Amino acid sequence: MNHNKSEEKIPLLRIENLKKYYPIKGGIITHTTGYVKAVDGVSFQIYQGETLGLVGESGCGKSTIGRQLVGLEKPTDGTVYYKDHDLGRMNRKDVKPFRTKLQMVFQDPYSSLNPRKHIYEILAQPMLYHGISTKDSVEKDILNLLDMVGLPRSVLGRYPHEFSGGQRQRIGIAKALSLNPEFIVCDEPVSALDVSIQAQILNLLRSLQKELGLTLLFVGHGLGAVNYVSDRIAVMYLGKIVEMGEAKELFRNPVHPYTKALLSAVPVPDPDEREEGKKILMGEVGSSIDPPSGCRFHPRCPYATEICRQREPGMQETAPGSGHLAACPIVMTEESRREEA
Amino acid sequence: MKKEKEKNLTEHGMPGKDITSESYLQTVFRRFKKHKLGMVSLVVFIVLGLAALFAPVLAPYDPNEIAGSFSGAPCREFLLGTDQIGRDVLSRLLYAMRISLLVGIMATLISTVIGVVLGLVAGYFGGAADMVIMRFTDMVMSFPYILLVLVAAAIFKPGLWSIILILGFVDWPGIARLVRGNVLNLRETNFIKGNLVAGMSLKHILFSEILPNTVAPILVYATSVLALSMLDEAALSFLGMGVQPPTASLGNMLNGAESLTVLTKQPWLWVPPGLLIVILVMAINFIGDALRDAVDPNSK
Repeated sequence: MNHNKSEEKIPLLRIENLKKYYPIKGGIITHTTGYVKAVDGVSFQIYQGETLGLVGESGCGKSTIGRQLVGLEKPTDGTVYYKDHDLGRMNRKDVKPFRTKLQMVFQDPYSSLNPRKHIYEILAQPMLYHGISTKDSVEKDILNLLDMVGLPRSVLGRYPHEFSGGQRQRIGIAKALSLNPEFIVCDEPVSALDVSIQAQILNLLRSLQKELGLTLLFVGHGLGAVNYVSDRIAVMYLGKIVEMGEAKELFRNPVHPYTKALLSAVPVPDPDEREEGKKILMGEVGSSIDPPSGCRFHPRCPYATEICRQREPGMQETAPGSGHLAACPIVMTEESRREEA
Repeated sequence: MKKEKEKNLTEHGMPGKDITSESYLQTVFRRFKKHKLGMVSLVVFIVLGLAALFAPVLAPYDPNEIAGSFSGAPCREFLLGTDQIGRDVLSRLLYAMRISLLVGIMATLISTVIGVVLGLVAGYFGGAADMVIMRFTDMVMSFPYILLVLVAAAIFKPGLWSIILILGFVDWPGIARLVRGNVLNLRETNFIKGNLVAGMSLKHILFSEILPNTVAPILVYATSVLALSMLDEAALSFLGMGVQPPTASLGNMLNGAESLTVLTKQPWLWVPPGLLIVILVMAINFIGDALRDAVDPNSK
């Protein structure tokens, strides 16, 4: 999957300073008393043909980013460029052709299909509406889609409740593919499935991505699954990206203390190796309404200094040209000093 | 649960082949049949409905024709007797049922349409539209509607169509609330979000995705509105504000019972229409009950 990485680095999506604040209403006369800062200033790029994994614990804002990219939620601030088109500033009519290019696979396969429609209707209607298929060819196109996601042709006249979770997720993927997208947000697509089915769906996503040259944003909290499908991984904590880099590099050489903790929390099969070097984080995740000052991770960070409490760290490359970025100047200077010595 | 389904798959070769391959309507009807009272009520309602529909064929006399003696007791010629001016009670009863059902059904249709449209708009768009619509709904709901109806009946000429319109315009708040609640739930589901991501039109999302998923509760609620509006028609006609004589309705046939002599000495004038109202309203309510159980996705 790492073939010719350096040559094909054309950004498909450029996300700049993306923010999403949800107002909190309260008081006797309803007014905004504060904001939940779900995503608080995030910038990154997604290159054509790659899979970017987005990990972090529940509530860190990773799903919100995915929903903003496909237009389900309006960013509070910041811009999303799709091939240099600013999606947020287009009016509804102009943005319509781009909408089909950015699709989504949902977390819960049980609620992602209309229970009153059979599979044929579910798949045919968007294709016909957008003129991607015609009345004469739509059946052939749907059968093609079903072949692609590994479902038998006999499912056409069936209703969603007749399928298992894994099968429904395949239909969900077929639905996303039906509009010929270039980019798909996979919002924890396997976390609602049995472990045995998870692997099937992950393999399907991987092979489809290769076959169709798709670009994926894979949102998840299972590090194993994310690592399995991703070329690059971004780690989020409390609405910010704290570290980002090639999947292999990130796993082998994590820099940010949060990434380190996250990686060491992955269960190890061998009982003898279990307790060694495990970094268990103390404390709770900070509030996204009133996030900690400076670096958001500092109350739980073993390396925190006074500077961390005051200044918010920016993303820096760990080594020039490596593409591995981290937002922890303390650890990075520490490490470079150690290397020099 | 998922494991069970996988097992099913291996046993039958196909997932849940025995139950699940029937259409939604078949499932609903199969469950409906289990409700004995509901089935009996459905039969009663269909029989009475047909009788009303074919009143011109079935009625032995013209309902407005003075055919016999004044206030004659039931006899072979006039099975349910004659009224104060000598019209055949049975014939009038058949025509009255026609009018009462017409009023009930039309009023229910009007209030359902109003309720569904307002509920959809309030639930889907939210914000200011929701606020305005729901406060208006609360207002209509909290108003003593019999007073409203009386005032309206006094302003507009009382008659068949004005009573249909009046009842249609006071019975919608319940449906509006029901639909709004359902839409609020549905709007957050992934399949609606998926359609938004797919860039589907608003029309498609509202009428092809959301509405079909809220038809079942609307239908159940509409049966109770039907029963209620038939009762309201009877009450208004009894008060002389509804359907005007000589047109017969179940309500204004009861009118005669205002007099004590009729009430005590001539029961054939008020028992049949009274009984018919009770039977119709009960049948409709039982059908609604059975329907509620039948469309409940959690029942077997």
